[in-house]
Parts: sequence; C-alpha cells; structure tokens
Amino acid sequence: MNCLAFVPTKNGQATKAGLEAVSYAKQCGATVTAVMVGALNGDGGAGAAGATKVLHVSNELHDEGQIAKVVSAAAEATGAEWVVAPHDHVGRAVAPRVAVRLGAGMVPGVTGLLEGSTVKRNVFSGKAMAHVNVKTAKKVITTTPNAFGVASDGAAAAVESFATDAGEARLSVTGFEASSADGSVPLPEAVRVVSAGRGLKGPENWGIVEELAQALSATTACSRPVSDMGWRPHHEHVGQTGITIRPDLYIAAGISGAIQHLAGVNQSKVIVAINTDPEAPFFKAADYGIVGDAFEVLPKLTAAIKSMG
Amino acid sequence: MTMKFLVCISKAPDTTSRIAFTEGDTQFDANGVQFIVNPYDEWYALVRALELKEQHGGSVTTITVGQADCDPVIRKALAIGADDAIRVDANPTDAMQVAGLIAAQAKAGGYDVVLCGKETIDHNGSVVGGMLAEMLEASFISLATSLDLDGGKAMAKREASGGLESVEATLPVVVSAAKGMAEQRIPNMRGIMAARTKPLNVVTPGGATEGTGVSKFELPPAKGDCKLISADTPEELVRLLREEAKVL
Repeated sequence: MNCLAFVPTKNGQATKAGLEAVSYAKQCGATVTAVMVGALNGDGGAGAAGATKVLHVSNELHDEGQIAKVVSAAAEATGAEWVVAPHDHVGRAVAPRVAVRLGAGMVPGVTGLLEGSTVKRNVFSGKAMAHVNVKTAKKVITTTPNAFGVASDGAAAAVESFATDAGEARLSVTGFEASSADGSVPLPEAVRVVSAGRGLKGPENWGIVEELAQALSATTACSRPVSDMGWRPHHEHVGQTGITIRPDLYIAAGISGAIQHLAGVNQSKVIVAINTDPEAPFFKAADYGIVGDAFEVLPKLTAAIKSMG
Repeated sequence: MTMKFLVCISKAPDTTSRIAFTEGDTQFDANGVQFIVNPYDEWYALVRALELKEQHGGSVTTITVGQADCDPVIRKALAIGADDAIRVDANPTDAMQVAGLIAAQAKAGGYDVVLCGKETIDHNGSVVGGMLAEMLEASFISLATSLDLDGGKAMAKREASGGLESVEATLPVVVSAAKGMAEQRIPNMRGIMAARTKPLNVVTPGGATEGTGVSKFELPPAKGDCKLISADTPEELVRLLREEAKVL
C-alpha cells in the first residue's frame, strides 16, 4: 500500500510533527514516500522515521494552495492510495485542499492506526471517540501531534528532485512575530506544560510558575480568566476557545477545572492538579493531585525536580 | 467598495452538554441538549464580518447546512447582525459533503470573503474551510487571528509554529477564524426583533459527495481516581511522576 507523506520542514529539517506522520504511515503498513518543499538537508530525517524515498520540491512555497497542488501531483505520480500529513498549522491548511483535488475523504487529527478504511479520532473536544470510515478509494489522513512516536531506525531515504507546476501564489507571508522570547516549545507542540489560574492571585506571582516550568523544561499556560484579565498573554490560554494541547504532562495550579478549561487539556497523558479547594472539579479529571497552596507547593516541587538531577 | 461576506455557521451542543450516544452508539443523543452557534463561527467569524461590513459597506450572509432544527441558531446569527441567511436543507454528514453544498451556494453568490470558525467544538475537524477554498479556487488563510481588507487584498495574522505570521492574500479569500479575531457580541432587543423578519432562505441541495462516515462512537474509559499526595511531601509527586507515570 503506497502512502505519500507531506512532511513540513523548518531550516532544512523535517518538523517533529512531520516525522510523526511518516512513522505513523509506516506503522500502518504502508510504503512511505515523503514529499518535502523548500530547503532540505539530505533527507531531512524522513528516512530514519520510515520513508523509503523523498520527493523534493525545491521552490520555497508559502501559499498552501500551491503546496497542495504539488502534493497532489506527487500523490498521483507515486500512485499513492493515501496521503498523510500532520494535523498542525501547515497540515491543516494543506490537507483539505489535497483531499478535494484527489476526491479523497479526509479524516483529520487521528489518534489510532488506519485499519483498512477505518480510523479512530477524538470528538466533542476530547470527551468521546469516533470510528470513522473513509468511503472513497483514496484517503487523506492527518495525525494528531504528539499522539504517535517517531521511529529512528530507518535507513536514509533516497532524495529525488520533483519538478511540477505549483501554479500562481495568491498568498504571501510578510512577517513573523515570535510569541515567546525565551525560545520555549510552542504550546501546541509542548510535551510538558505548567499552567496556572486565578488561584495565583495576581500576575506578579507568576515567578513560581515560570521557575517550575524552567526546571521541567516545560512551556507555561494559563486559564481563560487570567488571560482575559491580561495577567498572561493570550497565546497561553488553553481551553475550549483557546488552545487545545496534548502534552505528556500537564500541571495545573490554582485552576478550578471548569469544563471549558478541561476541553483544552483532557487529552494530556498525565494531569496533575494543585488547588486549595478539595472540592475543585479538577481533582475529578486529574491523575494526581495535591490539596494545598500553590505558593508553597510549587517552589517545593521545583526544588524536588532540581534535586532529582 | 462594497463587499459581499459569507459566514459559515453551524450548530453545536452547548459546552456543558452531557455527551451520550444512541442507536447502537451511532448517533449523538440530542435529547435535552441545548444547541448554540459554534463559538468560533459566532464570536470570531461572524463578528469580524460585521465589523468589516461596517467599515467597508456591503452585506453579511450566513450559510448553514442543516435541517429545520438549526433555525433557532440561525436566527441568533441574524440577531447579532447578519443581513440574511441561507440554510441548505440537508443533514450534514461529513466535511466533504458540507463543503460541497456550501460551495455550490457560494459560487452562485459571488462572495468576496468567506469566513468560518477554525473548527466546530463537536467535530474538531478544521477541514471545511480548506476544502471550500479549493472548491471555490480561492486563497485560504487558516487559523487567522486578525483580518483586514485593503484594495482588493486581505491582510491577516495567522497562528504558526511559535508565533503569528503576517500574510496577504488575493480575493476571493476563505478565512478560518481563531481566537483574537473579534470579541463576542451579545444581541440586543432590537437585533432580536429584527431577526424575526430578516430573510432565512431554505434551499434544496443538489448532490454532494460524502467522503467519510462515522460507524460508531465510543466514550473514553472511566478515569481512575485521582491519587492525592500530601502538600507536605511534594517530592512524593515527583517520584510518582517519574516511576509510576513515567513522564519525568
């Protein structure tokens, strides 16, 4: 079964989410060809993750309409039965366009392996799962970031130049603002997150949250009320109308655990809640909890992590 | 220059709804569930369209694929300020079908800007906007946190890895709206009264291909009890996270 993987790159290397898509397809039993656009160093890491070949489109394309055109052309050239891409910013803009071009049913953000034509994904903001059947001959699948591992035992893939008409650019990128100056992993990609809410009482108290995050190499997040009040930047807001995250570890201090907040974090592998109120709803959703004052508990946790070495 | 805006809205179960399934776990159990306009569609896509119309002149039309039970939610959008609404009378099955049905209406209407929410809170798909752009041969700005129009171009900021990208796109454009685009508007009494007589055109759908279907829903396994650790010994939590949960 041939699969074409659209693998986004950054600075000539495949992104982690892109490699997850490659390894996912390999795990599903496909023979994987990766298509990569723009500057590329060697095979960009796609071979180790499971691709047997890389089709390299050397033009720097920023308009996802153009990227979708070349990805679809690559899918047709390789006779791919399905196309896989990560369900990240780039994948979400490219994959639906590819699906229309190929007349392929699309299943976004899958959380399970593709078995025949059926695959699992989360719905209702993480409160349920759906078994989805693709009804068309061809399929487009996007993989939920951090839901699948990246293999690293594959051989380097042969890189072939792929030239095809990308069409006209109708979208151009004119600038970029980094959201965090400290270079921490962006929240949607973060594997560890330390989050806090109104229980911290004021923005001036966030030092203890940032120190714990630093000790854990984690990214900081917050609840909606504190983002609305301007205590924390908007991009830190996780929840129903903010960002959805899937880290391995989510620590929440001084957050009660309202449903709208949980909707953004309930797909975390392990949740820790710290709150002075033993009745806080978060304790029902968490794996571990401490009933206590964040002002005391967080610094002690930081010290314990540091001495763990 | 007057602009024609089309805003895709869908109904979604209220955030606090109990999630349950019927018909052998193949259908969402809508009994007793309150439906709202999908928040991303309402707070961000619709409100920004209204603001841009107030700035540039033109009209805002909403479009929904759904049956008569969607009408209350459509009237809410009209109450917030949309000029008129289209409902394609069909049961929405999947993104490909929904996008196909909307595209047919959008082509007929000659819209300059089509907005939708970044995803719905029940399907969490983030697919319809991109499919629509391809079907309409339009440019597509995904996950936009701001949108402005100037001289036949759309300028936006959109979510990207580690920050926000500034982009420019030609019209016609499809934009999927994310948080930051606008602030929620509560309809006032005048809006609610006016909504009753604004046009809500029900159209019979042509055919549309279905790409996927759900064969079964499943609830996640019940979460185990939360393991409580004493506030006096937080080191115990660190040990458990390392040895038991294996996340450190």
